[in-house]
Amino acid sequence: MAPFLVEAAIKSLILVLLLLTGFAYLTLAERKLIADFQARIGPNRAGPYGLLQPLADAVKLFFKEDFIPEYADRVLFVLAPLITLIPTLLIFAVIPFGPELTLFGYRTRLQLTDVHVGVLYIVAVTSISVYGITLAGWASNNKYALLGGIRASAQMISYELAMGLAIVSVVLTTGTLQVSGIVEAQRNGWLIFLQPVAAVIFFITGLAEIKRAPFDLVEAEQELTAGYLTEYSSMKFALFFMSEYVKMIGFGALMTTFFLGGYLGPFVDLYPGLGVVYFTLKVGFLIFVLIWLRATLPRIRYDQLMSLGWKVLLPLSLANVMGTAVVVALTA
Amino acid sequence: MVMELFRGLWTTLQEFIQTNLRGPVTYAYPEVKRPLRTRFKGVHELRRYSNGLERCIGCALCAAACPADAIYVEAGENTDEERYSPGERYAKVYEINLLRCIFCGYCEDACPTNAIVLTDKIPPAGYARESFIVTKAQLLVPPPPGAPGTPQRTTDPALRTRSIWEEGLVNEPV
Repeated sequence: MAPFLVEAAIKSLILVLLLLTGFAYLTLAERKLIADFQARIGPNRAGPYGLLQPLADAVKLFFKEDFIPEYADRVLFVLAPLITLIPTLLIFAVIPFGPELTLFGYRTRLQLTDVHVGVLYIVAVTSISVYGITLAGWASNNKYALLGGIRASAQMISYELAMGLAIVSVVLTTGTLQVSGIVEAQRNGWLIFLQPVAAVIFFITGLAEIKRAPFDLVEAEQELTAGYLTEYSSMKFALFFMSEYVKMIGFGALMTTFFLGGYLGPFVDLYPGLGVVYFTLKVGFLIFVLIWLRATLPRIRYDQLMSLGWKVLLPLSLANVMGTAVVVALTA
Repeated sequence: MVMELFRGLWTTLQEFIQTNLRGPVTYAYPEVKRPLRTRFKGVHELRRYSNGLERCIGCALCAAACPADAIYVEAGENTDEERYSPGERYAKVYEINLLRCIFCGYCEDACPTNAIVLTDKIPPAGYARESFIVTKAQLLVPPPPGAPGTPQRTTDPALRTRSIWEEGLVNEPV
């Protein structure tokens, strides 16, 4: 029992550190890439190429006043950022970053824990984080924040259905709920080729789940100032911000794992370390696409969001699940 | 709808590639300044001849030509002991109110000696309105290397009668 605990502790420590630096530099990468899309220079003041910008941002946020509005629900106001951030970090517990390999004479998997029902775990954990956002909106006692929170919950619920069904078709095709099993099942071909419809649905609903453009109605600066974030400042704001960006990484990781073959790639069996490289490259590409979309698409209207979710994506994913089920049943 | 989506993505991707190949269209401002055309009409300067004498003879044609009434000139008499410019007179006071100036360049056109010229420098910012009235000391360029400043002590009789020095007739500034 003890070695398992030590191993888990070390792995989670590395994971958290990686995610935190990943978040910090993702903010910079996003600003730099958006600048490239708009033919600008982007942040270049803090350090060479603006590489110290995340540090400057962090220092700034630490020194900001940690303000709680007078009529806010203090307990929920403080709790909400945590409820949002922790589930987003938890997703990474079951994501395999690489195959089994030997490190310092110790055989281990590059995965915190390989739960047998990992997919269910992911679906369950991701839906908790919307509570944090809705509660933040409620606890702030502010119209904009409340509207943002309500929009968040409505958007999440609408898109979670189609997303869940897309994952169901993945599970049906691979025949396992274990995340590492889903990756291994893609040895003969990525699921994006076998399940293109599910992949597209997962991508769109994922965008909506992580509130990225063009589905960023929750924050919608022009209408809601900053939505549920309006009353937040200092590190509590930073926690929300962190969860936004960690969700981006999480979305990339999930999309990679489910549809792009996870850590699989050429020569990965010979050199298991390559798995991490492939995984990072795939996730990096997906994050680039997210930023690309943000640089391109305007925010969609609320009624468009709802009709896309309920009238297009949900029936499509239902049909896809039924089709997959029939094919699986016939070929089994 | 889906096609338009991809067309939009293609457009932004082209922009992205171009920025990475040819660099951004903006400048890192305080370090790198946008190059201005030499014909740009910026802040004024009063030029000199290569012997250090001022070109301005205090005729005030610039002030007459100025549509915004931004120029004030007061002339003084040149002597052999204290000579500022060729000819009889020089500009004792030369002031331009940059807040009135519309940078039309009519003063440049009116000047018979090509003394006042609009440079490609951008007019400065300031905190007080008074700081925008630039005086002759601020407008006058330093004498060319090796040449003395003004006033000069001269004996050349040609300088007493002719308001344009020989050089001014052949070697005009661009």
